[in-house]
Amino acid sequence: MKRSRFPFIVTGLVLVFFYLPILILVVDSFNASRFGGAWRGFSLKWYVRLFHEPAIWTAARNTLVIALIVTFVSLLLGTTSALALHRFSKSRFQRVHYTLIYTPLVVPEILMGISLLMAFVAAGVKLGMGTIILAHVTFCISYVALVVLGRLQDFDFTVVEAARDLGATGWTATRRVLLPMLAPGLAAAGLIAFTLSVDDFVITFFVAGPGSTTLPIRVYSMIKHGATPLINALSTLLLALTFTTVLVSQRLSKSGALEGGQ
Amino acid sequence: MAEFLEFKNVSKRFGAIQAVDGVSLEIKRGEFFALLGPSGCGKTTMLRIAAGFETPDAGQVFLAGREITDLPPNRRPVNTIFQSYALFPHLTVRDNIAFGLQIAKKPKAEIDREVETMLRLIRLEDQAGKKPDLLSGGQRQRVAVARALINKPGVLLLDEPLAALDLKLRQRMLIELDMIHDQVGITFLYVTHDQSEAMSLSDRIAVMNAGRIEQIGAPAEIYEAPRTSFVAAFIGDTNFLEGVVADHPEPEYSRLRIEGLPDATVYNDKQIADGHKIFLSIRPEKIQISRDRPEPKPKRNAVPAVVEDVIYLGPTTKYWVRAGEHRLQVLRQHARFFLDEKPIRWKDDVWVFWHGDDGFMLEGFRRDDEKLVAAPPQKVGEA
Ligand SMILES: Nc1ncnc2c1ncn2[C@@H]1O[C@H](COP(=O)(O)OP(=O)(O)O)[C@@H](O)[C@H]1O
Ligand SMILES: [Mg+2]
Repeated sequence: MKRSRFPFIVTGLVLVFFYLPILILVVDSFNASRFGGAWRGFSLKWYVRLFHEPAIWTAARNTLVIALIVTFVSLLLGTTSALALHRFSKSRFQRVHYTLIYTPLVVPEILMGISLLMAFVAAGVKLGMGTIILAHVTFCISYVALVVLGRLQDFDFTVVEAARDLGATGWTATRRVLLPMLAPGLAAAGLIAFTLSVDDFVITFFVAGPGSTTLPIRVYSMIKHGATPLINALSTLLLALTFTTVLVSQRLSKSGALEGGQ
Repeated sequence: MAEFLEFKNVSKRFGAIQAVDGVSLEIKRGEFFALLGPSGCGKTTMLRIAAGFETPDAGQVFLAGREITDLPPNRRPVNTIFQSYALFPHLTVRDNIAFGLQIAKKPKAEIDREVETMLRLIRLEDQAGKKPDLLSGGQRQRVAVARALINKPGVLLLDEPLAALDLKLRQRMLIELDMIHDQVGITFLYVTHDQSEAMSLSDRIAVMNAGRIEQIGAPAEIYEAPRTSFVAAFIGDTNFLEGVVADHPEPEYSRLRIEGLPDATVYNDKQIADGHKIFLSIRPEKIQISRDRPEPKPKRNAVPAVVEDVIYLGPTTKYWVRAGEHRLQVLRQHARFFLDEKPIRWKDDVWVFWHGDDGFMLEGFRRDDEKLVAAPPQKVGEA
């Protein structure tokens, strides 16, 4: 029986469409040519040049500091939120809570960026690292909460009761049983928050201030100055970072809760 | 002091469901006490109230004379073996067992010593380093027992601990639990829906139905002298006969008028007065069956009947017979099966007979409980 080739062709085209530009970018970052296009031989010089740009280092440091703080804060708040959502799933209050948690995932980023900017300006907050962290936390919480909620849904809470039964206080049971058992899910959620924070451009663009440039913003301003090969190198590095975190987080979320949360 | 764990008029409602309905229960120190009843009758809720996971809407719980109704679970000297065992999957067998003592901040040397003792008790010394996932069902169950017992609780609560095991393993664990109970001497409150488990293990049984206790007593008492139709039908099989007390030929015995049957002599320890309608429960194995009319004897009730069905069960054979409008089940153990007189077959005319002491007058009867008893076969093409 002859099988239709059609699905293969479509799949192939989709892959090409998605990944060819990225592949070209990665290959070009190793191209000795200044203007891309023609291959002038393998070179690491753009990477070397990149490492000698102080502005890049500052941006990298900012990005990392922001991402780490955002990961920590949104893990803390998102997990708490998920626990409340799960525990009191039937109350009307928590249904409102769920909607609020879900909303940032569907609101257009540009809208969030503008509204956050307006909120900060109205409140007289100085734009900078602080505002970026706040902005990132607002949407990272949602992802963390949904991923953790997915985990809680197939979590058997009798183990927590067992710990209480054996003499543990509520807090000890949480610390010694609930959290260790949720650890893989929490790690996956944390990595998602980290990746989202590192990658975010639109919202960051609105709420960033002087001296708080992050890598995506840096890439954007470099494009305006036409430093293409450097951007390729930087983007390739960002890509590698994102890819690794996503891979690790997928490893950690074997149950597919990650997909369910997004 | 006799009562150790005591429930006083305890009630618990979940929305529209009255899970526990005014239960009073007294369990003695060191006793192996079973709470027996069908699924959904409120057994687990009772255990959870004892453990502190549920607060009763009304009533009180006492342990060794002290009220514990509102004490949180971690402050009760009571430990539970959960239906699913609820072992900690991220901890080794050793750390699972040590958990209670670690929480209590006992010195490390003492914890190690106690854990070793427990591992020996459950014979899992060589599995101590494994995670629970790698253990078999029976081994997990034993770890759950050790984890609960290491705290030396006043009462051990067990929620259908054998339900997840297959039949052979269940029988082995039954013996093991019994041995552990004898060794540690702790009070066991054992919840099950399996009457044979309750019968074989317990000192006393409370039979529960729809949130209430129907009867409390030793296994033999519950089986031989059921007080209600529910107890009679839930524990073992039985026949129900409805009749009216006619008169008292002897102080302890009444003559019972049963429609469509000759008058029957029955033991009437409850002194039910003449003229009252009552229900009689007669267990199938208490009724005898034969082709020939049995010799008349005092207090022997004999009824002619027709065999409607014969079910060979190995050690026994069950006969469904019709006597007038009544269908009765009769269980017969056969000694020397092949040498017995000519076997009784379908459509044979027989006599069934029983002693007046073997029928038991019920205090409570509900039509619904008849459904719990094995139903007579419906023959295809039978007129
Ligand atoms: N947390 C709960 N919420 C609502 N209904 C419950 C809850 N726990 C038990 N029930 C109900 O109470 C009744 C008794 O339950 P349970 O004590 O678990 O019975 P058993 O252990 O005898 O099977 C059942 O009808 C059950 O559905
Ligand atoms: Mg139950």
